[in-house]
Amino acid sequence: MIDMILASQIFNVDLLAASIRLSTPIAIAAIGATICERSGVVNIAMEGIMIVGAFFALWFSALTGSPWIGLFAGLVFGGLYSLIHAWATVTLHLDHTVSGAVLNILALGITRYMMVLAYGHPGTSDSIPVTLANYRFAVPLLSDIPILGPSLFNQTPIVYIMFLLVIFFTWFMKKTKVGLHIKASGEHPYALETIGVSVYKIRYLGVIISGLLGGVAGAYLSIENQSTFTEGMTNGRGFIAMAAMISGGWTPIGAFLAALFFGFAEAFQLRLQISGAVSIPGEFFTIIPYVATLAAVAGLVRKSKAPKADGKDFIIEKED
Amino acid sequence: MSPKEERNVVLETRHIAKQFPKVLANDDISITLYEGEILSLLGENGAGKSTLMNVLYGLYKPTSGKILLHGEEVEFSSPRDAISKGLGMVHQHFMLVDTLTVTENIILGAEPGRGGVIDYKKAREQVVAIAKKYGLRVDPDETIENLSVGLQQRVEILKALYRNAKILILDEPTAVLTPQEVDELFEVVKTLRNSGVSVIIITHKLEEVMEISDRCYILRRGRQEGERLTRGATKAELANLMVGRDVVLTVAKTPHTVAKDPIMQLEHVTVLNEKKVQALKDCSLDIHPGEIVGIAGVDGNGQSELAEVIMGLIPVESGRIMHEGEDVAKLSTRQRIFKNISYVPADRQEFGLVLPMTIAENIAIGYHEKMPYCRGLSLDYSYINRHAEELVASFDIRTSSALAPAGTLSGGNQQKVILAREFSREPTFLLVSQPTRGLDVGAIEYIHSQILAMRDRNVGILLISMELEEIFALADRIMVMYEGKIVKELDPEKTDEKEVGLYMTGGNA
Repeated sequence: MIDMILASQIFNVDLLAASIRLSTPIAIAAIGATICERSGVVNIAMEGIMIVGAFFALWFSALTGSPWIGLFAGLVFGGLYSLIHAWATVTLHLDHTVSGAVLNILALGITRYMMVLAYGHPGTSDSIPVTLANYRFAVPLLSDIPILGPSLFNQTPIVYIMFLLVIFFTWFMKKTKVGLHIKASGEHPYALETIGVSVYKIRYLGVIISGLLGGVAGAYLSIENQSTFTEGMTNGRGFIAMAAMISGGWTPIGAFLAALFFGFAEAFQLRLQISGAVSIPGEFFTIIPYVATLAAVAGLVRKSKAPKADGKDFIIEKED
Repeated sequence: MSPKEERNVVLETRHIAKQFPKVLANDDISITLYEGEILSLLGENGAGKSTLMNVLYGLYKPTSGKILLHGEEVEFSSPRDAISKGLGMVHQHFMLVDTLTVTENIILGAEPGRGGVIDYKKAREQVVAIAKKYGLRVDPDETIENLSVGLQQRVEILKALYRNAKILILDEPTAVLTPQEVDELFEVVKTLRNSGVSVIIITHKLEEVMEISDRCYILRRGRQEGERLTRGATKAELANLMVGRDVVLTVAKTPHTVAKDPIMQLEHVTVLNEKKVQALKDCSLDIHPGEIVGIAGVDGNGQSELAEVIMGLIPVESGRIMHEGEDVAKLSTRQRIFKNISYVPADRQEFGLVLPMTIAENIAIGYHEKMPYCRGLSLDYSYINRHAEELVASFDIRTSSALAPAGTLSGGNQQKVILAREFSREPTFLLVSQPTRGLDVGAIEYIHSQILAMRDRNVGILLISMELEEIFALADRIMVMYEGKIVKELDPEKTDEKEVGLYMTGGNA
């Protein structure tokens, strides 16, 4: 009897809604990373891009009073920050992993510096009065569907944006010219260059898309899920997004499903922790999403194939 | 009157030069291409053929000189310019995206459709129409990775035709084809010529020039060495122009007595590959001292597994590998090497050499922990270097010193370092895989003569090669491999490339 009550406490409509909420930043970042890597640039800088996006989204919300302007700022600054990665890897031909690692560290430095500049202290910012969570709305009709309706269609703005991004980028990669160019750029860049499409431009585009999306994913954390910015608040989500990208087989829809799985693992462990059903230290539950990530990547990575020229430098002029 | 003056010039280069940081790749090249002709550009590796084509195709900017198209001067700043002016190029390494379909590859960069969205229905129709027009049959919906090399090349040609190419450049088009595929390609090229396309073939193979082209230019070390009408030219003449000295095209092979007892025997050897599929199926072979057994086959039919299992790089699933009457199948690679089994691997840069290490170190490697290469725990560099200097001289390795890194050598000289190492160890059995891949005529001549010299010193030699010419030049017996099996044994004196080619592709007429 107690088990039944406990089970219903954990497995309910809220769990699904929470899974989707928690998977949102991961899914958005994972889709961005997917596009970037399909163009041939390895992007382990998603974590750094997200944290930059998170800070600027909050700061601009605070300055203007509008979380929508904050969201736009997150988008723009994520994109600008990723330009460094594009410049380093495509123009300067630096190793992609090295550039990504540097950007992740640099992002921590930048945000701390900006925190001190903007708030006079490191750590956590002041809270903004209006967040995007205030704009939660239920989609008429769709939100009336039992179980799925409330969890999928009674959400906050960036969650809907995430759904749209999944649909848009799936279509974009399958049907558009630029999508085809991105795929070719990551598989065989010379094939693309020799028919007259600039691989540099396509790779820049791929990286910038990941930056824009990474910025939005960061904004979700600071101005939708919470109302403050805290240093290091991404807490590894950028890396989990990489895992989602890999487990998802470098497709937008796959990345979304994998992110949903990680979001579910997180939601599940939170509930399990709160319920006190098992009397072990809470820290053990916190491990669950990471173990799930590890298992998913280890289990699925063999089946999913990275773009062939992913992370490979591209230079045209060379000696015969 | 020569036939030149009657025909339209479509493409002309005038005094093209291309300077790279360290080398002058093209030096004063002036060539002319006439409408509807097949022109060959003949030269060894590094002669500057590909550079010239990349200049024509807009991938490189010439340092000086002009390109004229239909008499008008043009400047290509990117391939897009060249394509829009009717040039098409089939690169030696195909420019195809393996994971995309035939249609996607053909339309890439010139996709039909409104705005940014591709009209796949129209694209497919266009591809089908163009394939039909030129008689190039291929499934438009198939993914590239599922196609044979010959078909992939066909897609490359279609890609150029889709862009209305009137001048088609083929870079080493036969390097990866089977004899049958070569025939098909030549048919296609002739069809194209007859429909008004002018074709430039870049090659270092004399046979190709003789068989397919109307005219040829010979390049050597970036300079133009001559122009010949194919009709009336001889192979020897072209070879001399290409190399710059008299070369022996086929190294003389003298009859040699073969010992009765085999030095190496494979008995019903079966091997699984990484996917746990049988890569070698019940292979039996024996190699006697003083003979060269040639393995002919299309790449990927079990040859690499055959080499690896003999050297102990992969385990046998079943069967025995007998060396001098002793089963070595359970021995490690190292133990086998110490039983005087020598190996010249197919990929010299990946497996044959450690490129950043010196020539001397590369020659010592493998034996370096044995006397006299070492003393106690330390390497005896004075011996290692002295020994290497001797081999550098006797194997004619062109280098400033034995202390130069192996990576600084040309491909031919890298291969000589491997030969020096393996041959100087006095093997009883020698496994040679693709010994002349990517090398030019001069280097091939030398390596072939060295292999034959080893045979004449009573070494049993197993030669694996994708080049039928090489098999015919060296082998005393030919074994044809197909899908992991040895399907036929042939006597090189009593067969020809056509028959071997047939067995290589699974025919058994």
